[in-house]
Amino acid sequence: MSETTAFPDVQARAAERKTPRGRTFSEHPLVQLTIVRFLETLREPEALFWIFAFPILLAGGLGIAFRNRPAEVLKIATVTPALTESLQREKLLSVQQLSRPSAEEALRTGKIALLAVPGANGAIVYRYDDTNPEGRTARMLADRAVQQAAGRVDPVLSSDVLMREPGSRYIDFLIPGLLGMNLMGSAIWGMGFTVVDMRRKKLLKRLVATPMPKQYFLLSYVFSRILMLVAEVGIVLGFGAWIFHVPVRGSLLSLALVCLLGSLTFSAMGLLLASRAKTIEAASGLMNAVMLPMWIASGVFFSAQRFPDVVQPIIKALPLTAAIDALRANMLQGAGLVQLSPQMGVLGAWLIFCFILALKLFRWR
Amino acid sequence: MSAAISPAALRVTGLQKAYQDVVAVNGLDLEVRAGECFGLLGPNGAGKTTTVEICEGLTAPDSGEVELLGLHWNTDADQLRQRLGIQLQDTQLSEKLTVFETLRLFRSFFSQGPGAAEAIALVQLEEKKNSRVGNLSGGQKQRLALACALVGDPDFLFLDEPTTGLDPQARRQLWDLIEQFKSSGRTILLTTHYMDEAERLCERVAIMDNGKQIALGSPRELIASTCAEHMVAFSAGAKAHALDIAALRRIQGVRGVRSENGTVEMQVTELHLAVPALLAELTRQNIPLTELSTHSATLEDVFVSLTGRHLRDE
Repeated sequence: MSETTAFPDVQARAAERKTPRGRTFSEHPLVQLTIVRFLETLREPEALFWIFAFPILLAGGLGIAFRNRPAEVLKIATVTPALTESLQREKLLSVQQLSRPSAEEALRTGKIALLAVPGANGAIVYRYDDTNPEGRTARMLADRAVQQAAGRVDPVLSSDVLMREPGSRYIDFLIPGLLGMNLMGSAIWGMGFTVVDMRRKKLLKRLVATPMPKQYFLLSYVFSRILMLVAEVGIVLGFGAWIFHVPVRGSLLSLALVCLLGSLTFSAMGLLLASRAKTIEAASGLMNAVMLPMWIASGVFFSAQRFPDVVQPIIKALPLTAAIDALRANMLQGAGLVQLSPQMGVLGAWLIFCFILALKLFRWR
Repeated sequence: MSAAISPAALRVTGLQKAYQDVVAVNGLDLEVRAGECFGLLGPNGAGKTTTVEICEGLTAPDSGEVELLGLHWNTDADQLRQRLGIQLQDTQLSEKLTVFETLRLFRSFFSQGPGAAEAIALVQLEEKKNSRVGNLSGGQKQRLALACALVGDPDFLFLDEPTTGLDPQARRQLWDLIEQFKSSGRTILLTTHYMDEAERLCERVAIMDNGKQIALGSPRELIASTCAEHMVAFSAGAKAHALDIAALRRIQGVRGVRSENGTVEMQVTELHLAVPALLAELTRQNIPLTELSTHSATLEDVFVSLTGRHLRDE
């Protein structure tokens, strides 16, 4: 190849520069940045595992561990044949007759939930751990059986209607929680790690040395995030619906809006956390410090209501709490956007705060 | 050369930049003519990279002026970005992307220039077109970085230590490429601490030390003005301490003598007269010779005679 054709001279270049030729869609810098961002994520097997496989493994494991089982038969023990006989009337109790020392031993090691022994004057003494729900249940069942065997007649007749429908089980509570946790993790990690890695490799500096419009760089993250989001949310929800019949009672559109707003908010947090850090270690320290409290407090695995009332306003103001509350309200109660507005407001406020601060603090090098 | 192009492609005046208490650039003036390859030389920490990054608009100077292609960073940044090709020191391009994807991305930022495939051909990476960047050798990565700088068809090319860390063969290959680009009217500003690189590629060089310019001229001029044509180096081994340096200075044709760690370096004008005279003098002083070498003076020798230090001392 001759040099003159490879490198047109300065005047020809200047003339061409004045009338740049049109470019196709795929030649647009925003499209290219988004494609590159997306390819880089797809070519990172670890990231794919955390985004897609991990929440499914977690949901599957926890869903099985906490599945609703038929009421469990509680193991109890007695030391006399008479007591054993009267307690065997209760079908929810499995009664063993043991010698006193081995019964004591079984109670201490948790093999039985309750030990019934005869007391003075024909009375009965129940020995159990009252902090153990099984012990308390066994106490009630055993006492009812003993009293009825002795001739007690209940003054009011009662009967049971059983409810085991989807929407009120642990897995129904868990799936929106995992979805929220996944939104947070993939956005903060996806944004934080890649930006810090690019800064560490001086690739950010190299990019600002080109005519790349800086807003396109940020927008490319938003677009590739949305692309990933569709897959991420779809997989977790699809898994929940298919395996555990977890319902989505609200509109899919408002669910999508909650996911989008949540993901953007967490991306802005990721950008903020990555705005200055120069090493992966520094960045992951920051990200864990921000995410860990929310994993615990925001009601991913258990209700945030369990924390004391004093801290409830703080917990409610956390973005992950807002995201999960909104997801649960939509999926389980069928809440519309109007009912979700408090949570959307919290997310929006975090989004604006983090984004503006991140733009102020951000360093390209 | 067209008359419309200003004869000075880059003019830097009174440039000053300090980081905390370290003065990186201390009142630097530079002028790079359109169409030339200008070398900025100096040891690590001389302020080369800071100077270049100020010229590239990546770092703001504390004071001083930069005029590039007749434009200024504070008013014409967008236009300048389109017209510059930049290769930064140790940029690691994304390892997960292929050569082609990387260049397609960089090409999308510029309004004109060769296509990605064309740019790959320019730096002779056709065989690696679909390889991931992470699988390239050091020399191939540097050629890709060069292609990223060329993909906007720049009028002015900045190359910051383009061959640092490469093996000799990869360096020569890169030099061949840079020489090709010079012939198309582009201006190049190259920083290096390899003197042979500057001698091979640059029409003019400025030598920097401690944030200042200490010499300016063509490599030949600098060598001619600061030292003699030839360098003679010898080692006297264990008896080095007994050597009478003053006697060596009196030998005909010897212009200067430096002694360091038992090795003596002499600047010499007439090698054929000076070497026999040196051998006779050493015999007279009863000094055994353990090593003797001669070479034509280089920019390295210029630097040593200007600063008393070697370039690679860090």
